[in-house]
Amino acid sequence: MLKDITLGQYFPGESFIHRLDPRTKLLCTVLYIAALFMAKFFISYALMLFLLVFSVAVTGIRPSAFLRGLKPLLLIIIFTAVLNVFYARGGTQLFSWWVFTITTEGLKTAFFMVLRIMLLICGTFLLTYTTTPMALTDGLELIMNPLKKLRVPVHEFAMMMSIALRFIPTLIEEADKITSAQKARGANFETGRLTERVKALLPLLVPLFVSAFRRADELAVAMEARCYRGGEGRTRMKKLCMGARDFLTIAGFSVLLAGIAVLSSLGL
Amino acid sequence: MPTIKTEALTHVYSRGSPFEQTALENVTMEIARGEFVGLIGRTGSGKSTFVQHLNGLLPPTGGRVLLDGADINADKKRRREARFRVGLVFQYPEYQLFEETVYRDIAFGPRNMKLSGREIGERVREAARFVGVPETLFDKSPLELSGGQKRRVAIAGVIAMRPEALILDEPTAGLDPEGCASILRNIAAYRRATGATVLLVSHSMEDVARIAERLVVFDGGHIVMDGSPAQVFSQAEALRAIGLDVPVVTEIAARLHALGVVVPACCYTVPQLRNAVLALRGGAADA
Repeated sequence: MLKDITLGQYFPGESFIHRLDPRTKLLCTVLYIAALFMAKFFISYALMLFLLVFSVAVTGIRPSAFLRGLKPLLLIIIFTAVLNVFYARGGTQLFSWWVFTITTEGLKTAFFMVLRIMLLICGTFLLTYTTTPMALTDGLELIMNPLKKLRVPVHEFAMMMSIALRFIPTLIEEADKITSAQKARGANFETGRLTERVKALLPLLVPLFVSAFRRADELAVAMEARCYRGGEGRTRMKKLCMGARDFLTIAGFSVLLAGIAVLSSLGL
Repeated sequence: MPTIKTEALTHVYSRGSPFEQTALENVTMEIARGEFVGLIGRTGSGKSTFVQHLNGLLPPTGGRVLLDGADINADKKRRREARFRVGLVFQYPEYQLFEETVYRDIAFGPRNMKLSGREIGERVREAARFVGVPETLFDKSPLELSGGQKRRVAIAGVIAMRPEALILDEPTAGLDPEGCASILRNIAAYRRATGATVLLVSHSMEDVARIAERLVVFDGGHIVMDGSPAQVFSQAEALRAIGLDVPVVTEIAARLHALGVVVPACCYTVPQLRNAVLALRGGAADA
């Protein structure tokens, strides 16, 4: 049950997108999102949609993985759609009853809003599905490096993030194991009234916390034993380096952003 | 009449994802009531997955698990019942302890069985006796105990449910030799006293050789050998080919045999080899 969480799940692969520098992917995701918010009408959206479908095809990841990721957000998407349908005014009135009025403008806004949210989510999935969490934090750290001048502990934040990411699967596995062990002793996590169910979580949470603290302690000792002293003067085994393909991709996305800006100023 | 039986049991992890992995394939096996079975195989051979099917924790991807002839996955009630009838002690069970006191932790299983307070108390004391946890520890926090004691308390937590079959997954992992020996003695004593079926999962040949009556060898999700310890350990080459080994005693016997000393080539416990050597010396003295 817990294994179904697809939090930043990585799908291994060797595609063009997989091999891009994480900084490139981060930057392009930001550019894509910016373009998405500028897009106004069919042609712009069609372009954005095409780009996403094309990128998904390049990664070789099954489209169903993206759709499955959308599922938990279905409620929000439906809510947004309904709200927009009734909220927007203008255009031809199609239907009216009491305070509810549906107009062509409302339908259009709702349609674009839903499309925008879905593209936004799938776009970020594209990033996390093709980049290992470690590469992602490395990329983030390098992008934020200039903030070090302002005494922001960038390295420490990045380290905390990689440790957290690193331990999510471990803790999930551990939680699964403890759940099984308690079920083997007849624990019942599935049925009962709310208070009973909360109580039933105790046999899971106590050992999980104990083990999380134990792991944190062990990790701290292991890091100290390897003379970890923070980011200062620290070198990397795998140095990220941007190549021609990264610059080309960034240039492409910049052109896209500019293009969308022009298109939407033309109202397309 | 077998108590536990699996029919063409198959289990596939993460089906339909890029991480899909077949852990068990068509495993058919019978375990008779009161049998003492050792399950061996290297890490990833499917033995842990297999035992989690026997009490209904993992639903099979294919095949059935029968307990006294009835499918344990037939409905929720059956599956829950199977949990109490087939006790499963996980690997490193000390990490599952959570209660404030040792007593309450051992009582967790019986409490889930909705037994009366008196019955629970009786079972807790009995289980603690079996694994050698003194009653003076009952009011302590389980987190204060030593590693070996924690393990005993955790095993007692399963024994307190008085399961007809007790499955232990690597119960001696990470313990010192004396701790290993004493836990194995406890398990053997428990079985003698209750007549329960015992299934011991291990990758230590020494452990299973010491107490199991039947050995089942897993490799790559299949059963590759099934027989008495003497039968299984006589196939030293085949065992090595799948990343396992024979007990040191068997190895010594085999080398002696190769040197022309006439001891049976497949002794697998120290007393067996000692008796064989003594008999030989006695024989030589006679001649």
